[in-house]
Amino acid sequence: MAEIAVKDLTKRYPNGFEALKGLSLEIAEAELLVLVGPSGCGKTTALRMIAGLEDITSGDLFIGGKRMNDVMEKDRDIAMVFQSYALYPHMTVAQNIGFSLKVAKRPRDEIRRRVRETATLLAIDGLLDRRPKQLSGGQRQRVAMGRAVIREPQVFLMDEPLSNLDAQLRVHMRGEIEALQKRLGVTTVYVTHDQVEAMTMGDRVAVLRDGLLQQVDTPAEIYDRPTNLFVAGFMGSPPMNLAEATIERVDGGLVVRFGEQAISLPAGLVQERGLDDWVGKTLIAGIRPEDLSGSENGGPVLRGAVERVEALGANLLVYFSVGAPAPGGGVVAAVVAGEALESAPLVAEGGTSFCATFEPRSAVRIGEPVEASVDTARLHFFDPETHAAL
Amino acid sequence: MSTASAAPPAVAPIPAPKPRRRRNRVTPLKYVALLGVAIIVLTPVYVLLVTSFKSLDEIDPSHAWTLPNVWTFSAWHDAWTQLSPNMKNSFKLAIPATLLSTVLGSLNGFVLSKWRFPGADFVFAFFLFGMFIPYQAVMIPLTLLFDDVHFPGGIPRLVFAHVIYGIPITALIFRNYYSTIPNDLMEAARIDRAGMLRTFRSVILPLSAPAFVVAAIWQFTSIWNDFLFAVFLITDPSQWPVTVALNNTAGSLVTPFNLQMSAALLASAPTLVVYVLLGRYFMRGLMAGALKG
Repeated sequence: MAEIAVKDLTKRYPNGFEALKGLSLEIAEAELLVLVGPSGCGKTTALRMIAGLEDITSGDLFIGGKRMNDVMEKDRDIAMVFQSYALYPHMTVAQNIGFSLKVAKRPRDEIRRRVRETATLLAIDGLLDRRPKQLSGGQRQRVAMGRAVIREPQVFLMDEPLSNLDAQLRVHMRGEIEALQKRLGVTTVYVTHDQVEAMTMGDRVAVLRDGLLQQVDTPAEIYDRPTNLFVAGFMGSPPMNLAEATIERVDGGLVVRFGEQAISLPAGLVQERGLDDWVGKTLIAGIRPEDLSGSENGGPVLRGAVERVEALGANLLVYFSVGAPAPGGGVVAAVVAGEALESAPLVAEGGTSFCATFEPRSAVRIGEPVEASVDTARLHFFDPETHAAL
Repeated sequence: MSTASAAPPAVAPIPAPKPRRRRNRVTPLKYVALLGVAIIVLTPVYVLLVTSFKSLDEIDPSHAWTLPNVWTFSAWHDAWTQLSPNMKNSFKLAIPATLLSTVLGSLNGFVLSKWRFPGADFVFAFFLFGMFIPYQAVMIPLTLLFDDVHFPGGIPRLVFAHVIYGIPITALIFRNYYSTIPNDLMEAARIDRAGMLRTFRSVILPLSAPAFVVAAIWQFTSIWNDFLFAVFLITDPSQWPVTVALNNTAGSLVTPFNLQMSAALLASAPTLVVYVLLGRYFMRGLMAGALKG
């Protein structure tokens, strides 16, 4: 068990492509850090550099206080779970799990004992004589975990370990991996493109985009206080509603105007975000679907015609046009790239459409007008040029 | 493209399934054509077979097509007596040479595709050049070199020459096969702290059976059938492999066709047996390389 520190970690390929640009992170002992981002953001490259499967172009890697840049992967005392599981197809489950101990020339009865312990821990002790071909996806995943666990390494590295499982199993294994990690107390770096996995599993989450670290913090902090437009759009499902808006001074107070509709802002918020400087200017405003609700809370409301309704059982997602332009058109669509793109707010006629959370049996019909009240304290504002949060 | 005129050109048109009726009409024609070709190819084999069962005085090129009046095994008996020592030589040559060159091929394939070193592709290109150097070009230098270094004469020389000459093709077969093995497996082995030899022995070798079958059949057949290397590298007739001995069954005055035919069949029997036993693995191995390589 050990802490990991990376400083200005950079990966440049011979063709000049920079997959990772100066990543600096500190991962505490026994912490589970999730690296998340759309495909091509450099998260897997970072993991492979920590594993020693990729050379470090520049920067430093420390594991347990020891500089590891030039240490061979076999001497780094790390274990890795691959996306494809990479089980040895000709070996039984027991041989797969025990292979690293066999390589390390441990005595045969020790190998047998530890394989059995590991298999019991992962509830695959009935499968030890099978080959990978005879296992289901979830069982293979457990064997891949077992191969890492038996090593009792300083660090676990996991590269999208759940992405080959079906949705239900993925949710289940998510909990199991997290519980296992807490129980073993091994420092873990977990790579995923799934922001739900990142939110639910990570002690802390690092969001990457185009090789640059966007934000690293606890899931709650990342969700509540995204540092920029990309993080705001990427984390959360359904994603944050974003639209171009203007700040105006009305009757001594400030309002944020979405098209024809204006919402007055509490003084505390104005002061905290420095919105006085934005009076008369256009910025990007955002509100998460759960902070835009159908229930009357006395706050200011946004109105619009219902375009689409999704019944999720526990609540109702109502998409309605707010009559404000989508932020920066294609620019933001590109910013909120990757997985979030498909679910990003649609550009409807007369402006972008917002998603609001309604009570499950609310009488909402497509085409009819609705009102959704805004929790103004939870509005987000972004600089339209730099995309940084205000 | 007639249906795709309005559709964006980026979408490839799905070919319409052929009507079933047409397929049924074509199939018998195909079989007739295939049968015709098969008969043409097998005609010499037929002549070979019937002649080998004739007695010497029954042989007449103008009656080559007819079945023997009297079936006799005398030519087979003579051929066996004459060739069996050389058959033995051929086995002593082909088996060790095949084993050595397949093992070498799998090691080469491994370092050329999975445990790569800088310049692996460059080295591989050089390997491939070896395939295009005709035996005739190296006949004299090879003999002189063997003599200069006092390499043991006879079959060991021939084994060595075939192992060297087999490097390009076996490296190609194994490299192509190994490139179908996912790199994740290699990385998993690295993470499990296995070194190069351990990875080869414990991960790669157990998965290599299809490539071994392909390379072994290929090498066994070409080594068994080789004539030229044997002729110029082996001077002692008692060490000749069967191909050279077969050539010497041609008499100087009379041509014992029946003996030659049975000897030819005898000499080609082992390669036939290898194909019959391992042929389906051969195809499977070739396909494995072809589809993903």
